[in-house]
Amino acid sequence: MNIRKFDTKVQYLKYKVLREVAREAWNDSLLENILEIPKKIVPGKTSTMRCCVYKERAILAERVKIAMGGDAENPNVIEVIDIACDECPAAGYEVTDSCRGCLAHRCEDVCKRGAISFDHNHVAHIDKSKCVECGQCAKVCPYSAIVNRKRPCQIACKVKAISINDDNAASINNDKCTACGACVYQCPFGAITDKSYILNVVDLIKKSEQGRNYKLYAVVAPSISSQFSYAKLGQVITGLKKLGFHTVVEAALGADMVAMSEAKELTEKGFLTSSCCPAFVSYIKSNFPDLVPLVSHNRSPMAEISKYIKETDENAKTIFIGPCTAKKAEAQLETVKPYVDAVLTFEELQALFDSRDIDITSLSEDVLDNASYFGRIFARSGGLSDAVAQALKEQGLEDFALKAITCDGIEECKTALLKKSKNVLDANFIEGMACVGGCIGGAGCLTHGIKDKAEVDKYGQQAFEKTISDAIAVIK
Amino acid sequence: MIIQVCVGSSCHLKGSQDIVELLEKAVADYHLEDEITLAGSFCIGKCNRIGVTVQVDDDIHVGITRENFKEFFTENVLNKFAKE
Repeated sequence: MNIRKFDTKVQYLKYKVLREVAREAWNDSLLENILEIPKKIVPGKTSTMRCCVYKERAILAERVKIAMGGDAENPNVIEVIDIACDECPAAGYEVTDSCRGCLAHRCEDVCKRGAISFDHNHVAHIDKSKCVECGQCAKVCPYSAIVNRKRPCQIACKVKAISINDDNAASINNDKCTACGACVYQCPFGAITDKSYILNVVDLIKKSEQGRNYKLYAVVAPSISSQFSYAKLGQVITGLKKLGFHTVVEAALGADMVAMSEAKELTEKGFLTSSCCPAFVSYIKSNFPDLVPLVSHNRSPMAEISKYIKETDENAKTIFIGPCTAKKAEAQLETVKPYVDAVLTFEELQALFDSRDIDITSLSEDVLDNASYFGRIFARSGGLSDAVAQALKEQGLEDFALKAITCDGIEECKTALLKKSKNVLDANFIEGMACVGGCIGGAGCLTHGIKDKAEVDKYGQQAFEKTISDAIAVIK
Repeated sequence: MIIQVCVGSSCHLKGSQDIVELLEKAVADYHLEDEITLAGSFCIGKCNRIGVTVQVDDDIHVGITRENFKEFFTENVLNKFAKE
């Protein structure tokens, strides 16, 4: 039944581990029962996922470790569970046994490198020393007999941070990795996963003692509008308060604040890239160091609103809840650390609800309203550019001719940054979002649906304030 | 004196912005700019069915609306200054 809350069985498995770890943590029994968790999830003697239950449990033990924060020696928030890696074939273009040894030989005809030859059965073969992986042969084969064997993780990783190590397992180059989490969602075996700080959150909730020691603020990303679709958003808010949060604040209000100052900074400098997406910023740092000065100096919406909360309430602790694995890395930066106490994904929030047996569908609806339409649409690609245009208008800076380029996914970001580095980019503002679709495509989402963008717009339109100025007027 | 207006979701929807405007105007009308600091705060934890929650130093007042604002301001702000 729970499977309907997620896209894949991999997510469901990860969720079960997180839920059990959190459940034990609430009861202060994690240390005693930690070794029992794998058996609880895979009971009996019949394997359901791998070759045998023992391997399944060994991998689950690794998942438990990652649910508890993972390898402290590894600075990356994304980790490979090497025993879970199925060592998928990665040979590139290969002829399969669907090849019928036909007469037409379109594959040979189309190959400009002369890499195709035929054996005595007229079956095609590819000479790997000549093949350049252009894929033309696969396209023209009438039997679809030629396939491209690549690892899903390597296909997912557009920044090319994943390679294959000596043991044939996937390996992440931390210098290149932006922690976007694309591989986490795409690995069909769940062998790459994001470290969880769910135990820190349980601890923060417990020690707050219902707000007696400090007040716990949940800072929720606007992409939540496309999540928990089996319940109402207001019920999620009630659920959060039931968990022990003092209140829930929209990260979109931070986005409103950012839009205003980003617009101003843009008019002063004449060119900017956005700084909201931590994976995009990290990508610029490692691949285009010369462009770093052009990155907006604004904090991300998460950091901005959390800073504001801590300034207005010295007794506050903040937990960001969103779709993003890279936010986990951002929260560890020295510049952000003082404001954000922990980061949770929507996947982890679902596990947290269920670890307390909170069925949000049975709860009454609370309200969530701090931000404007424009702050809320930051969650989808294009929203940030719209918000900056609006912020220019609202601050009487329309004279500045905004020419924004919206980069949907890290590949488009790369193209725009390359052009900028060669000074041939016809734009003065780059909106960079590492995930395709924007934050709603984030790896920490429960579900990734085609209707998500529409959901974000709908949520934006429900905002009490229509302008950014109205939304931030109250906090000045 | 510090006056904090709740701008949490619940109060916000019930008109925090109106109350902020009324407060700004009242502070200006009575020339109390040097005496009063206006600030926002997120949920004070007293969400009410009607009106906005406003905290005057350590005292929490719930249900402030456009209609009862004047009464609230006189009683809890002006009178306090009169006593001093």
